Amino acid sequence: MTADPFTMWHPVASEHDVPYRHVHHGQLLGRELAVWRADDDFVNVWENRCLHRGLRLSIGSNDGTELRCQYHGWRYANRSAGCTYIPAHPADAPARTICNRTFSSVERYGLVWSGESPVGDPPTVDVLEAGTPFGLRNLPVDASVELAVRHLQAHRFSPCGRLDAEAPEMTVDGVSDYSVALTARAGDARSTAVFFVQPVDSGRCVIRGVLADAPPAGEQLAVWRHHAIELDRLRVVIEAEAASLPAPEPMVPMLQQVPLHLAEVPDAPAGRQPALRVQVQRKWETAAGVAAFELAPIEGVLPTFQPGAHIDVHLPNGLVRQYSITNGPGESASYRLGVKLEPDSSGGSSCLHETVREGDVLAISEPRNNFPLRRDSNRTILVAGGIGITPLLAMAQALDRMSLPFELHCFAQSAEHVAFADVVDGLGGSVVRHLGLSPDETVAEIRRLVAGYESFANLYVCGPGPMLEAVRREASAAGWPDEAVHFEYFKNTNEIDNSSTFEVALARSAMTVTVPAGATILEVLRGHGVIMPSSCEQGACGTCVATVLEGEPDHQDVYLNDSEHRAGDRIMTCVSRAASDRLVLDL
Amino acid sequence: MAGMAGANGECQNRAVLDQWHPLGAIDEAEPNVVHVTRLLGESISFAVTPEGRSAVWRTRGDLAAGMPVDPESVAGTLPSRCEFLYVWTSLGDPPERSFDIPEFFEPDRRNFNACTIGLRTSAPRAVENFLDMGHFPFVHDGLLGSEPRTEVVDYNVHVDGDTNEVWATECQFWQPAASATATEGQMVDYVYRIMQPYSILLYKSCPAAPERMDLIGLFVQATSEEHCRGHMFLSLIDDESSIGHIRRFVQTIFAQDVPIIENQNPKRLPLDPQAETPIRSDRASILYRRWLSDLGVTYAVIPAA
Repeated sequence: MTADPFTMWHPVASEHDVPYRHVHHGQLLGRELAVWRADDDFVNVWENRCLHRGLRLSIGSNDGTELRCQYHGWRYANRSAGCTYIPAHPADAPARTICNRTFSSVERYGLVWSGESPVGDPPTVDVLEAGTPFGLRNLPVDASVELAVRHLQAHRFSPCGRLDAEAPEMTVDGVSDYSVALTARAGDARSTAVFFVQPVDSGRCVIRGVLADAPPAGEQLAVWRHHAIELDRLRVVIEAEAASLPAPEPMVPMLQQVPLHLAEVPDAPAGRQPALRVQVQRKWETAAGVAAFELAPIEGVLPTFQPGAHIDVHLPNGLVRQYSITNGPGESASYRLGVKLEPDSSGGSSCLHETVREGDVLAISEPRNNFPLRRDSNRTILVAGGIGITPLLAMAQALDRMSLPFELHCFAQSAEHVAFADVVDGLGGSVVRHLGLSPDETVAEIRRLVAGYESFANLYVCGPGPMLEAVRREASAAGWPDEAVHFEYFKNTNEIDNSSTFEVALARSAMTVTVPAGATILEVLRGHGVIMPSSCEQGACGTCVATVLEGEPDHQDVYLNDSEHRAGDRIMTCVSRAASDRLVLDL
Repeated sequence: MAGMAGANGECQNRAVLDQWHPLGAIDEAEPNVVHVTRLLGESISFAVTPEGRSAVWRTRGDLAAGMPVDPESVAGTLPSRCEFLYVWTSLGDPPERSFDIPEFFEPDRRNFNACTIGLRTSAPRAVENFLDMGHFPFVHDGLLGSEPRTEVVDYNVHVDGDTNEVWATECQFWQPAASATATEGQMVDYVYRIMQPYSILLYKSCPAAPERMDLIGLFVQATSEEHCRGHMFLSLIDDESSIGHIRRFVQTIFAQDVPIIENQNPKRLPLDPQAETPIRSDRASILYRRWLSDLGVTYAVIPAA
């Protein structure tokens, strides 16, 4: 071998091996692969091994957008292979870095090409570029690639149109380490075929033949059959020689270790650093006063998101704003956001509406999910007020895809104010629109919706502050426990009182700091070099949470619910303070 | 095969050689006849008397499978005992006592081998699967679990200081048909106990006697590093169901596990914490893997570097 097979592109499947909703079990250079086509036609080539307990993903199920492992139901996203859901812990968002190993994939000449660490692009073959490639039956052979390539050069077949030719004239047009091009002639008829040889293991390969020109429709079956028979003859010859040689040692692929932080407790994401650059691929008006944005990666693949997740968008004017990802499961090519123009915008929504345009590049954070969706409910009620529909739309599509029952209640001024109406329409009978209600009518409608709490029901609400307050109040009155009512505020409208001075001790870092009036815990800790994640920095999103070991928090956030506030064991470090002289945090 | 095995595949791992290993159910072995099986990469023969005494020896030509034999006259035998329904042996220097199951001797229990099933995977992979609740809704849908009731509530794990056994306690899972007698779904209480590297017991709330527990054991015979036989031990308080009915139930469940555990890669259980990704519900298996490392088990596992 002259070239290093690990840096080359090889075929790993044929087009007909990867129909929709199927997972193909492939192998290349000793490594098992799970190859599957998503409904958007992206062909995924992954290590055939769930990171959790090593189960073959090829026995999992492909729902068109995600691959589900058969063992514990973990779901992995199209393209990125990031884990989107761990059913054993339905209330937790999966650590976003749990990601199966992926390999490059390109479809060309009816074959899926991939490689361990391929350099450049898959090979181009002039005769196939110029022709109308027609895939032949795959031929798995128990022999090395070298043997297959050597015998292929003496392979014989008849040209299309003259399948009965007794002794076609054969020429070898080209040979490489992993392919052979042959032309058969008989009279005026001629056919060129290129045979690519996929190195499955040291002693196994698959011959994948492609005719340069597709036969007329009526003859295709006969041509396929002719080549199947001739190739099978070739297989017998190759395997007879292989059987006479000593069996080569099987190749042993290196299984990657999972990163240390996944082997133990996942790290919290650090800081408010914009990790990603995206391009505004499309911007359009999705409802009255609401602009929609499609953000596509500039290179590579966007990180995995889960329903309820948001990203920080770092605006050209230096402001940072949070927006929910509205995408359905597996819609991983871009993030779709909805941004309402706030009449009293302090520069966030107005910048996005007025300044940002298609083609612009934005810095965004990786998705964070502080509003995770349980999928073990008998009944899921989603209540959206106006633009609050954005995270609930992602949830509704996820539930719809899994055929779990849900109701999506959209409260809006009018039908023109319902964002992403096309997606909402697609959810069919699970959607109820409540249009043009007065505040009192809205409260009465909410009261009706939450009447009669039953076990295994969950309520998710996102919308303007007064509406959230109403839902929380009415649900509580109707007997809903706090843990079944999940909410996400756009912003914290509470007046923040930052006049107190107190001490914060960090239990694990063995450090004590003083938080003076006018500064936040988060700011002071960062000033002392403690790496803390944060996002909204106004007590609404839940990213900067810390565990309280001692002391009494003075809660000023809207992220935690009332019973969580009373429990006093967690604190939002961006706005909340201490009611006692001293707090001890688990940091 | 790489790993802790000699040139012919025989085990060289002292921690495993010195254990007691099951060979088969006493009741299912015709008395006074040579039976041949495999253990730790070697061919092993055994015979039992009608009274339930046993002899075990390394297979040899003069005592071929199926030949009549008086077990008590065989010379050159290995240590053996008949206990808890099975014939046990050791290829090393085994402890006096293996482990105790006091409930086994309660007079109203039905104790029997539900099945013995050959598996193309390592013994610890089979034990770990038995220890795992998270797969119930996906692998045993409609029986031991059902979507969307997929949550594994946090439970406790510890290693018992006296017996050096691994325990997982206060385990709970919602099950639509937890046993052969169940007619409706319920939260079921589980306790897991790993007595030996390849032997595990499950205590499960008993529908017929709420204050007592049914016992289900999986005693695994490691025939090689990547093959094993699982012996399913039952000790139940249930005088209604026929043995055939219970066996069918247990065998259905076991048969659902087979295509899963035979499709794990690698087959030997990796003990390196970075080999696979655990979550909170895997605390029992994390402890099991660490305990195997601490015991010095290197056979049928991939030891941590």
